[in-house]
Amino acid sequence: MKRTSLLAAGVAASLCMGIGQAADANELYLYNWSNYFPPELLKKFEEDTGISVTLDVYDSNETMLARLQAGAAGYDVVVPSDYMMEIMIEEGLVERIDTGEMENFANVTKPHDSPRQDPERAYSAPYLWGTTGFTYDSARVEGELEESWKEFFEPRAELSGQIAVLNDEVEAYNAAAYYSGIFKCTEDPAEAQQILDVLQAQAPHVAMYQSDGTIDRMAAGELIMHMQFNGAAHRAKQQRDSLVYVYPKEGMSFWNDNFMVPKGAPNLENAKTFINWMMAPENIAIASNYTGYMNAIRGSSDFMDESLVEDPAVNMPEEYADRLRPTEDCSVKARELRNRVWTRLRS
Amino acid sequence: MLKRRRNPLWRFPGVAPTAAFVFAYLYLPIFILIAFSFNENRLATIWTGFTFDWYSVALNNSDMIRAARNSLIVASSATFIATLAAIMAALCMTRERFRRQQAVNAVIALPLIVPEIVTAVATLLFFVIIGIRLGLLTVIIAHPVFSIPFAYLPIRARLQGMDPRLEEAASDLYADPWRTFRRITLPLLWPGILSGAMLAFIISLDTFVITYFVAGAGATTLPVYIFGMIRIGITPEVNAVSALMLLISITFVTLSFLVGRMRR
Amino acid sequence: MGGGMGRLLRRSLLLGPALFIIGFFMLLPLFLMGYVSILERGMAGGVQWGQHTVEAYVRFLFERDLMDNLVVNIDYLRIFARSFLLALSTTIIALLIGLPTAFYMSLQPARWRNLLIFLVTIPFWTNLLVRNYAWILLLRDSGLINGGLQWLGLSSEPIRLLYTPFAVGVGLTYSFLPFMILPIYASLEKIDLRLVEAAYDLGASKWQALRRIVLPLAMPGIAAGSILVFIPSLGAYVTPELLGGSRQLMIGNLIQGQFGAARNWPFGAALAFVLLALVLLAMMLYARRYRRAPGQA
Repeated sequence: MKRTSLLAAGVAASLCMGIGQAADANELYLYNWSNYFPPELLKKFEEDTGISVTLDVYDSNETMLARLQAGAAGYDVVVPSDYMMEIMIEEGLVERIDTGEMENFANVTKPHDSPRQDPERAYSAPYLWGTTGFTYDSARVEGELEESWKEFFEPRAELSGQIAVLNDEVEAYNAAAYYSGIFKCTEDPAEAQQILDVLQAQAPHVAMYQSDGTIDRMAAGELIMHMQFNGAAHRAKQQRDSLVYVYPKEGMSFWNDNFMVPKGAPNLENAKTFINWMMAPENIAIASNYTGYMNAIRGSSDFMDESLVEDPAVNMPEEYADRLRPTEDCSVKARELRNRVWTRLRS
Repeated sequence: MLKRRRNPLWRFPGVAPTAAFVFAYLYLPIFILIAFSFNENRLATIWTGFTFDWYSVALNNSDMIRAARNSLIVASSATFIATLAAIMAALCMTRERFRRQQAVNAVIALPLIVPEIVTAVATLLFFVIIGIRLGLLTVIIAHPVFSIPFAYLPIRARLQGMDPRLEEAASDLYADPWRTFRRITLPLLWPGILSGAMLAFIISLDTFVITYFVAGAGATTLPVYIFGMIRIGITPEVNAVSALMLLISITFVTLSFLVGRMRR
Repeated sequence: MGGGMGRLLRRSLLLGPALFIIGFFMLLPLFLMGYVSILERGMAGGVQWGQHTVEAYVRFLFERDLMDNLVVNIDYLRIFARSFLLALSTTIIALLIGLPTAFYMSLQPARWRNLLIFLVTIPFWTNLLVRNYAWILLLRDSGLINGGLQWLGLSSEPIRLLYTPFAVGVGLTYSFLPFMILPIYASLEKIDLRLVEAAYDLGASKWQALRRIVLPLAMPGIAAGSILVFIPSLGAYVTPELLGGSRQLMIGNLIQGQFGAARNWPFGAALAFVLLALVLLAMMLYARRYRRAPGQA
């Protein structure tokens, strides 16, 4: 009798605690890039799991990092890019979530299941990935352009003043580095000078350095050539089908964005639920459809828009695979050189 | 007080046309932004047709609505605190001379000079070190700091032109300085206070870097939300929300105008 | 009123809130940043607390060449100079069109004046980005202004307006107009028109009336407005970026970048302190030359 009532009491107590936990644990704070997560997907998650999501946004990896480094807390899931993952793991800013052991992990395609920065996927899960190349309007150029950064850095006469470069120190520097055949994390000032020379030679032909509104700009026909992310190129192409996205043969940046859980996240279990849920093909497909970027989940193409699957900008043809160069986190000296080149270019 | 039957405006040609030009200049982009909130096309820059859809999208976007609400709450509180502090400080600084007034001026102007990103990171570090939990409250604490100079300068400018003898005469008549303030100083100061409060309000509405750094989870304000959309481009949804904000402001202004008229 | 003690007490009570808010939430964090500016940068951003260096300040004027010698580097000076010029021209233009507008407002009947204050600020209840995008729509080659000019037959080809210094000027002046108009209005509002009428009766010309009566009255407002326009436009970077094509860096993006892609917090902090020192110096010099006793018009 006594044991049963003790047992009953214990069960009741744990049930109460369980309910108490459930009442608290019905939330998730997602910290993501702006316009990078479809609202309908959030709603679907809430319907499927009963967890309500609050979405806050940031506009760059570095500002997200600066906030976390300065001590800001309260987020359950953040979405760093590949090079930022490495930093966050090193600095001890993330929780270990063992994505590799989650149920849906089997859906992840290679090589995204074992990235260099987190080989066991102990701390992160894949979200979307993309490339940085350049887009041009084929209706406004004679013939076809070569698949090379040469067309971008040494433009034809009619393109002068009709080119835009991303206002992104890293992307612009890397592109010039690929074109010059120089390692993008070089610590050699002479090589950095070469990169600067390429950029400065291009500068008189550049109309602007802008990362914002690239889709609008190309779709409206304001410029003929724009350095662009492939998802943005896809969205622009849907408005203007003469646009062509180029995979330059000297190399192009290939980046991926991932889910991670910051240390001290208030809703750790919900974060894991969310991450697992996002590795299901029908869910990640909605994200791809919304943003125009490719995902890393097998079977998702069944649920994706045809236009995405058919667009070579998004669904990269196999033969271009060796043109992709993963992003690296450069050393302090290399970053310093890069920053000085950028400042010199723009001063 | 003063009847202006003969408006001497005609003696200063060019003033009225310049003013008309300025108001047209101020409102031209506003008409554009309202017009494009009805644009059917997702890209805000190409017109394809007329629709109200974006308004329903905006109103259904609970994250954006929450951000707009937070913005208004923060801006109102910050304006109230900043204007109050500014009035008091301006009264002290203009009515007396004392040493180190220059230093006080510099301190008050400080938030104007320091770049926003530096203030933002500094304030965040500071909050973390003294252990304040981030939330909407930390935003409400941080905003008055940079709003104060914007409220202070117009109020002080107003006070500097006011004849101190009026107050001296009044304080001879009324023994109580509070009554002097309420009956004489405050009504005379009112245009300065209103100007300062409006400037503090609009500066708070547009601040995003500081808010971004010191806000807690879920405490996003509208400018932070919109600025994050830069990469992809502004959708007409954002125009719709801005048009709604304008509607709120116009409603507020009309109400206060009617209240003012009723009181007369 | 009471003697020295009473006055001190009243002064502290009045100044208290403003000084406390700014002192506690601005000065203290600033000292923190000052300390940051003399720390070693962290490997991945942030700082290494406890490791000191003045490298950040040295870097403002010098750089190390291949042989690791110090060489003068004027890149940052150029950026500072450009921002100062832009801020100065914005202030002057705002003054030129803001002063007449404020004057006009002050001459209106009493019941319209408060309404006009609101009218000046209502456009700014919208977001900065949205306003800038509206300007892009207006100014670009296929935009509404060019369209209007062509429709009126005034031009046959689009005039390049956007991504020029002109566009930046238009956009920046726009953003800061209320900050010039309202303080001047606050000063001018109490203009006693009988003085003006009396001056005319005595044979003064419009210019003399302007110079002798209106302008001195507006001076405190002009000073306040100039500060409220010049200093923030020094740090402006969103508008120059969006409307100017971002071909050249301003102080604002330079410093922002240090906390962003460059991940060099100490240098960002040092740049901010250099800016702070320059502006405070300018304000001190200005105050010394044009010292006015408070309470005098």
